[in-house]
Amino acid sequence: MMRFMLLFSRQGKLRLQKWYTAAAERDRKKMVRELMQVVLARKPKMCSFLEWRDLKIVYKRYASLYFCCAVEEQDNELVTLEVIHRFVELLDKYFGSVCELDIIFNFEKAYFILDEFLMGGEIQDTSKKSVLKAIEQADLLQEEDESPRSVLEEMGLA
Amino acid sequence: MPAVSKGDGMRGLAVFISDIRNCKSKEAEIKRINKELANIRSKFKGDKALDGYSKKKYVCKLLFIFLLGHDIDFGHMEAVNLLSSNKYTEKQIGYLFISVLVNSNSELIRLINNAIKNDLASRNPTFMCLALHCIANVGSREMAEAFASEIPRILVAGDTMDSVKQSAALCLLRLYKTSPDLVLMGEWTSRVVHLLNDQHMGVVTAAISLITCLSQKNPEEFKTCVSLAVSRLSRIVSSASTDLQDYTYYFVPAPWLSCKLLRLLQCYPPPEDGAVKGRLVECLETILNKAQEPPKSKKVQHSNAKNAILFEAIALIIHYDSEPNLLVRACNQLGQFLQHRETNLRYLALESMCTLASSEFSHEAVKTHIETVISALKTERDVSVRQRAADLLYAMCDRSNAKQIVAEMLSYLETADYSIREEMVLKVAILAEKYAVDYSWYVDTILNLIRIAGDYVSEEVWYRVIQIVINRDDVQGYAAKTVFEALQAPACHENMVKVGGYILGEFGNLIAGDPRSSPLIQFNLLHSKFHLCSVPTRALLLSTYIKFINLFPETKSTIQEVLRCDSQIRNSDVELQQRAVEYLKLSSIASTDVLATVLEEMPPFPERESSILAKLKKKKGPGAVSGSELEEGKRDGGELNGGAERVCPLFSSLYSLLSLPLFSSLYPLLSLLSLLSILSLSLGPLTLPSVSLDLSSHRLLLLLLLLLLSSAPNSCSFGAEECSPPLPESDELLNKFVCKNNGVLFENQLLQIGVKSEYRQNLGRMYLFYGNKTSVQFLNFSTAVTCPGELQSHILYSLNVQTKPAEPVVEGGAQVQQVLNIECLSDFSEAPLLNIKFRYGGALQNITLKLPITINKFFQPTEMSSQDFFQRWKQLSLPQQEAQKIFKAKNAMDAEVLKAKLLGLGTALLENVDPNPENFVCAGVIQTKAKQVGCLLRLEPNAQAQMYRLTLRSSKDTVSKRLCELLAEQF
Repeated sequence: MMRFMLLFSRQGKLRLQKWYTAAAERDRKKMVRELMQVVLARKPKMCSFLEWRDLKIVYKRYASLYFCCAVEEQDNELVTLEVIHRFVELLDKYFGSVCELDIIFNFEKAYFILDEFLMGGEIQDTSKKSVLKAIEQADLLQEEDESPRSVLEEMGLA
Repeated sequence: MPAVSKGDGMRGLAVFISDIRNCKSKEAEIKRINKELANIRSKFKGDKALDGYSKKKYVCKLLFIFLLGHDIDFGHMEAVNLLSSNKYTEKQIGYLFISVLVNSNSELIRLINNAIKNDLASRNPTFMCLALHCIANVGSREMAEAFASEIPRILVAGDTMDSVKQSAALCLLRLYKTSPDLVLMGEWTSRVVHLLNDQHMGVVTAAISLITCLSQKNPEEFKTCVSLAVSRLSRIVSSASTDLQDYTYYFVPAPWLSCKLLRLLQCYPPPEDGAVKGRLVECLETILNKAQEPPKSKKVQHSNAKNAILFEAIALIIHYDSEPNLLVRACNQLGQFLQHRETNLRYLALESMCTLASSEFSHEAVKTHIETVISALKTERDVSVRQRAADLLYAMCDRSNAKQIVAEMLSYLETADYSIREEMVLKVAILAEKYAVDYSWYVDTILNLIRIAGDYVSEEVWYRVIQIVINRDDVQGYAAKTVFEALQAPACHENMVKVGGYILGEFGNLIAGDPRSSPLIQFNLLHSKFHLCSVPTRALLLSTYIKFINLFPETKSTIQEVLRCDSQIRNSDVELQQRAVEYLKLSSIASTDVLATVLEEMPPFPERESSILAKLKKKKGPGAVSGSELEEGKRDGGELNGGAERVCPLFSSLYSLLSLPLFSSLYPLLSLLSLLSILSLSLGPLTLPSVSLDLSSHRLLLLLLLLLLSSAPNSCSFGAEECSPPLPESDELLNKFVCKNNGVLFENQLLQIGVKSEYRQNLGRMYLFYGNKTSVQFLNFSTAVTCPGELQSHILYSLNVQTKPAEPVVEGGAQVQQVLNIECLSDFSEAPLLNIKFRYGGALQNITLKLPITINKFFQPTEMSSQDFFQRWKQLSLPQQEAQKIFKAKNAMDAEVLKAKLLGLGTALLENVDPNPENFVCAGVIQTKAKQVGCLLRLEPNAQAQMYRLTLRSSKDTVSKRLCELLAEQF
């Protein structure tokens, strides 16, 4: 199973983190710091897999963003690489040519998409259609929910 | 802009995120965040009730702040409130916050659980999925308690929507992983397995992760999944690339599901049903064939997905390890990948080939790729790929290619990445030892290692070379010569000084005939390094010097001079100072005979698990070094040690008595030895009543020795009569106590000896009661405990004799008591001897018995399930680990009596483990100070033949053997 997934920028800014096992916040921070350092130090042509602690790290860079997964000893590296790719495709389809800013400003959406795709560190559904359908349904519910608000109200000035 | 921000986004949140991004400095960012936190806090505390939207927005801001790396200590209550909102987006944000920022606050968990319960009951699939996600994300014990029984119901219910089923399957998996005891699959098992047949591919994909995990834990209950998995796999593999619609990924049909199915099959042995097996072999062949077909797309996703399946199929082939044809095909396929332009594939091929190398069917095929792998080690630009290449070289190494591989690894080591040097060093050391045919090659290799990568040569490695040199006399001269030459280098590594110091101290005499390496030259060479070395190395060199005094009397005055100088004898380091003082004293007052005994050559080391293998295992985690490899290491090690027959019994007994690590032990060893050797000179046999052999007091003992030496040594005599040999019946008496701890050990017309004893872990206490049956005094009553012959005294007795030597009288009709404290240091076979001497009416009585201390006294019972028992039983399947006896019943074959005896043995008697209820199986761990030895026992009575078959398996051959001997006498 996947232990965690991290999205971070070339500058070492963490954009998304999803943990599938319990760990103390302090340890998580330490792991993120350490792993970012390891991955960012690697050169472009190097292989996408490395051993780190007792885990296998599978990572891939898309434009300015690194997608980095930690999986267990018996997990399949190549399939994990394609988990990353499928996630990128889902984001891309949803945001329409996704960029780092989309993920920054709509981080909650990115979480929802990831949750539809992976759960408890395992794949829930690999079909792009099913995942996106679920998200679109939720968006529809959202639009029904929301009554329009004035800009002032939005900014808490009303 | 993305579709989402059309109108549904939270504007306030977007503004806040922009603000943060515009901050020029870290300080500005923190300031902005603190301002926002204060704002949110005041809103949450304010009198005005917040509407759902505002709550959602603020909770989302908190989440963002948290993800920036700041701690969030409030807002949980508001998030929980959002859970019960009937607006989907509010509920969703609430759940997201809970998932990311779970708090073990039980009050909150109760509220969260309530909300989850409502959503699960809502029958709204979207809400149900949210709730299931939350459970899977948090996965706490409380949640498992609340929902573990509900979720299987949702999973298998006929009217559950597919999307909910998928979530339920993975949610259940998470709960099973965190609290397996709470997830009871019993009645659901078959329906869960049949999810493999579900029409909806998404359901199968999600369910298979759950089924795989459950199968790993309960293979028996889930074994019907094998045939279902094979047929599902077969359908996918043979389907056209478009059949599966959205589950086809870049022209590859269902790659994720295929990999998962192949992984599930790896939980089981090859299918027994011929048809199922045939179908599976066909699938595997198809997968291998497809690898040779031209790609349907140039995209890397296509080849990745296809190869993911291929690697998983190869993993299954290796797991089965029974189809030579498939194994060789797999190996050829991986061979192609070794030269693929994709780095990822080269990496995986190297990794996968490592496991292939351990199969007897494919080991030779793997070896044919040696040149490619060596060139990968030299030319790959990525250190992680080079690491894999090194691993593979290690795995494919055998006697035929060891010299080449070791040479390549050594030359690679000179430029190797720092991160992998230590592991490389260990591997080279292990291979050199394992495949050494000629030991001069071994010595050269290790010294090269120290030269090239001295900093990475751990203690274990250089300890090991010394162990081997000590244990093999044919290499000692060569080793002495080689270290002497290596030490000539102007800058040599400190580890080289250590090895050189030790070896010359032991075997310098073997090269002293050559005028170029005369004793004085050897000494001067070593001493020229002395001042550059750290304290432990200097301490070691001091021991070498005292050994030189014994080996080469002509160096005595020079060395004494060195020991006497202020920098030694007044050294600020206590250890160095004390060694200097004591060695100087020893060298000046002990006679040559005493010196020769004290400083005798080290005896061969008892063979144990190769310390470097153990180290590699520790480094790589268990499983990195296979069991067979360890065993092989042992076997080869044993071979190394077999030759030398020059045990100095006294020394070796003390050595094992102390069981200290290799070199640091020399010093206390010398101290103790000195004492004991002196005592033994005056005492004859080594009996030390009332002297406590406490390790920590060895210094005291040494002082005592020096005292004894400087006063008149001959004046101290402790009584010189020889002990009689053990009574003929002593073995029989011993056998009576194997399964019990109390009773009468010995009785004749004069004397009765009773025993009471208790044991805990590796410690024991024994009370001996000596009863005078006559009406006349026993005079000069004395007792002594000794360890027999070879004195493999792995038990240390610290005797505490209550009857003081001053009153060696036992009145007529009286009883005296003696307490023995026992510590089991290592496993042992021979029982210690108890000698009793006294005068009765002028005649000397001299009785020697075996003390009823047997290895089984240090058993700790181990309860285990049938599955665990047989798994361990299988793990201990080497011939030497098993001892078996078939023997005739001496007593009636009463099950209750047998049970009582087996319990008395100290093991756990395991019920319902052996399929045959007539049989008895037991498990226990023998606790010694050095290590624990797990033992399994099986006793099979045959009432008709009045025979038993007794089988013992343990990780240590001597233990199995001894227990078998002891027990065969009991029934």
